[in-house]
Amino acid sequence: MTMPPRFQPSATGSIIDFAPEASCFQIEGLGLAYGDKRALRDISLRVPRHRVTAFIGPSGCGKSTLLRALNRLHDLNEEVSHEGRILLEGEDIHAPQVAVDELRRRVGMVFQVPNPFPMSIYDNVAFGLRLEGGLTRRRMDDIVEWALDAAALWGEVKDRLRASAWSLSGGQQQRLVIARSLAVRPEVLLLDEPASALDPISTLKIEELIRGLKSQLTLILVTHNMQQAARVSDYTAFLQDGELVEYAPTDTLFTNPSLRRTENYITGRMA
Amino acid sequence: MKVARTKRRPIRSEGPWAWLAAGSVALSLLMLGGLLLLIATRGLGHFWPAMVAQVEMADGRLLAGRAVRELPLEQSAGRERLYFTANRDLDGQAWHWLPVNDIVASETPQDLIVLERRRHGEFIGRLVALGDAESVREQQAREATWERLQARLATLQELRGERERLRREVLRPLIRRLDADPSDAQARQALAEANDRVRVLQEAMRGEVALLENVDGRRLVQPLEEVLRAWRPNAMSTVEKLGIWGRGVWRFLAEGPRDGNAAGGVWPAIFGTVLMVLLMSLLVTPFGVLAAIYLNEVAHQGRLTHLVRIAVRNLAGVPSIVYGVFGLGVFVYGIGGSLDEWFFNDALPSPTFGTGGLLWASLTLALLTLPVVIVATEEGLARIPVQQREGALALGATRLETLTRVVLPMAVPAMLTGVILAIARAAGEVAPLLLVGVAKLAPQVPVDGEFPFLHLERKFMHLGYHIYDTAFHGNDVQAAMPLVYATALLLVLVVLVLNLTAIFLRHYFRARHGVQPRP
Repeated sequence: MTMPPRFQPSATGSIIDFAPEASCFQIEGLGLAYGDKRALRDISLRVPRHRVTAFIGPSGCGKSTLLRALNRLHDLNEEVSHEGRILLEGEDIHAPQVAVDELRRRVGMVFQVPNPFPMSIYDNVAFGLRLEGGLTRRRMDDIVEWALDAAALWGEVKDRLRASAWSLSGGQQQRLVIARSLAVRPEVLLLDEPASALDPISTLKIEELIRGLKSQLTLILVTHNMQQAARVSDYTAFLQDGELVEYAPTDTLFTNPSLRRTENYITGRMA
Repeated sequence: MKVARTKRRPIRSEGPWAWLAAGSVALSLLMLGGLLLLIATRGLGHFWPAMVAQVEMADGRLLAGRAVRELPLEQSAGRERLYFTANRDLDGQAWHWLPVNDIVASETPQDLIVLERRRHGEFIGRLVALGDAESVREQQAREATWERLQARLATLQELRGERERLRREVLRPLIRRLDADPSDAQARQALAEANDRVRVLQEAMRGEVALLENVDGRRLVQPLEEVLRAWRPNAMSTVEKLGIWGRGVWRFLAEGPRDGNAAGGVWPAIFGTVLMVLLMSLLVTPFGVLAAIYLNEVAHQGRLTHLVRIAVRNLAGVPSIVYGVFGLGVFVYGIGGSLDEWFFNDALPSPTFGTGGLLWASLTLALLTLPVVIVATEEGLARIPVQQREGALALGATRLETLTRVVLPMAVPAMLTGVILAIARAAGEVAPLLLVGVAKLAPQVPVDGEFPFLHLERKFMHLGYHIYDTAFHGNDVQAAMPLVYATALLLVLVVLVLNLTAIFLRHYFRARHGVQPRP
């Protein structure tokens, strides 16, 4: 699947590259600004299909901004302007013929704070399915069960699908949100610090889940927890001040970073 | 939104401030409690069948009445006492101030009766005889006569009910049929028959009279048809008095006003108030919610939106009578006048919608309370966490779907808060209603069995206006004052019930999913 890494002798650091046909996302020269405040500068990277890719970096480095650009969540903010291209399976996501709700169905997202809707557990998972419509009751039940099972939650909630989603614990809520995203069968799942608000046990479960899901879809994880990135991701991109500094297989990045900047961050010696 | 209260150490060191703050709370509570206590005792006490005293004066005058209050005399030493002596038709006045020193004897004879009458207010005195108008003469023993009086009054009550039923269920539909088709011979026949039956009932009721006697011996022939209730306060046990009291309260709630609003009940006013407030809520909620959604979710958040928002908030401070003037000019004369020209031309010059009525009053109050609903809903919408919106969007929901499926259901409690505030403001509002539809007397409530069942063009009675009218425009304001208190108490209760309903609704919507636990 992956092509042999090609190291770029550049001012930044090594940037791993993948063949376009093995890539899910291809980001080309992406720049982004909130008003006149630049958040991202000239970012180019390819995200491999069916792998877990982690974005790490200090707070305010733009990793979340980059993630939210991938499903056009910035569209809501009129101040945001961007340049460059983002290709999903070779297609520009900003092309006029792309419907943004269709895009977001293909690129699901899980947020830092669990955000189940104030509905029953079942209705939460069925939310995206009902938007599409045209499903029989039985088919819907099947998908809901599959999604909850895929999110490792089915066993805990199968007897109380009609209970309010807000009655679940934080960790369960986050897995419910993952199930909700999985139910619409996305190609990519964006995870924005999905475990930072959870306790260690719940965090462990979420990480297990992420590792297990990559056989079904591509996962992109933003985290400020480097151990987590090391534990679950296959590739890691290090961002700083809105720039992509280094992008390498996770093992390489953590054991043998090509730049002093990266090493300093990873070992906790931030300038 | 529940505000988390952390346990703080109360301010103790700044003694005077703590005392000042606590004192103002205590004072507010005291004033509120005093207000409620005053209207409750004055209002509810009115229905208690108090003892009637027979008073003999030094100059030989005999009077019977209820002692109301006592004041010191202005000129000389001593006090004088106010008696409610009723019998307005015999004495020309129903109140007497008597110097306490001149009272020789005061007793409470068991045989004194009190009659509540349709005209001339109450009667206090003795029952002499019962019979038909021509031959009122001395009959059996008094005790028997009292029981017969009770029996006759019960029969008359039934006859009255029968007559009302005939009028409501037979006469009015027939008249409507004849209005629609004047050549309907069958209906004409039925109408004549029904009229005859009513006439027979009238005769049966008119025949009976009671011979009554004042305590000083003056006599009076009283048609029983006009007597509503009779009781002997001095001969009753507390339980019987409680029964009379309960019935009095019930009749106050369930019957229409009599005697130029100075007596009788307030049912049409309760009904009018509640109906008007409900209609107002139905009108204001959709408008207010839609306006808030536009301002908060749709409109570009620029200078213009900001200005509109400020204007809306300021509208809440406009005096209510101004809304009344607006309602009169725009709704009543403008829209109502045009409606009359277009659809009710045959009824002109008497206006149908071109005069104050239920619809215009509700609309005016809806306008008055619109800012409250808009502001509350907007605040509710703004409070919904951005994560909820993003969560829906990330699942492929459009902005409209996000709004209708996630944001609005979560904002329902806030909307209900707006409606609660609107009800609280509208239910007590009288000034604008004076201009757009309230009536001194509208015994026909705006809902009945006649098509279209809800008569939006009718004038209606309102508790707030009823208070004002009873207190200032009756023949005997002194006698009507307790009714004013009772009506005021009722108004407070009605507002309370309306508010509680909305609060329970809000609680239900909030409690459905509980508070989201934060990990």
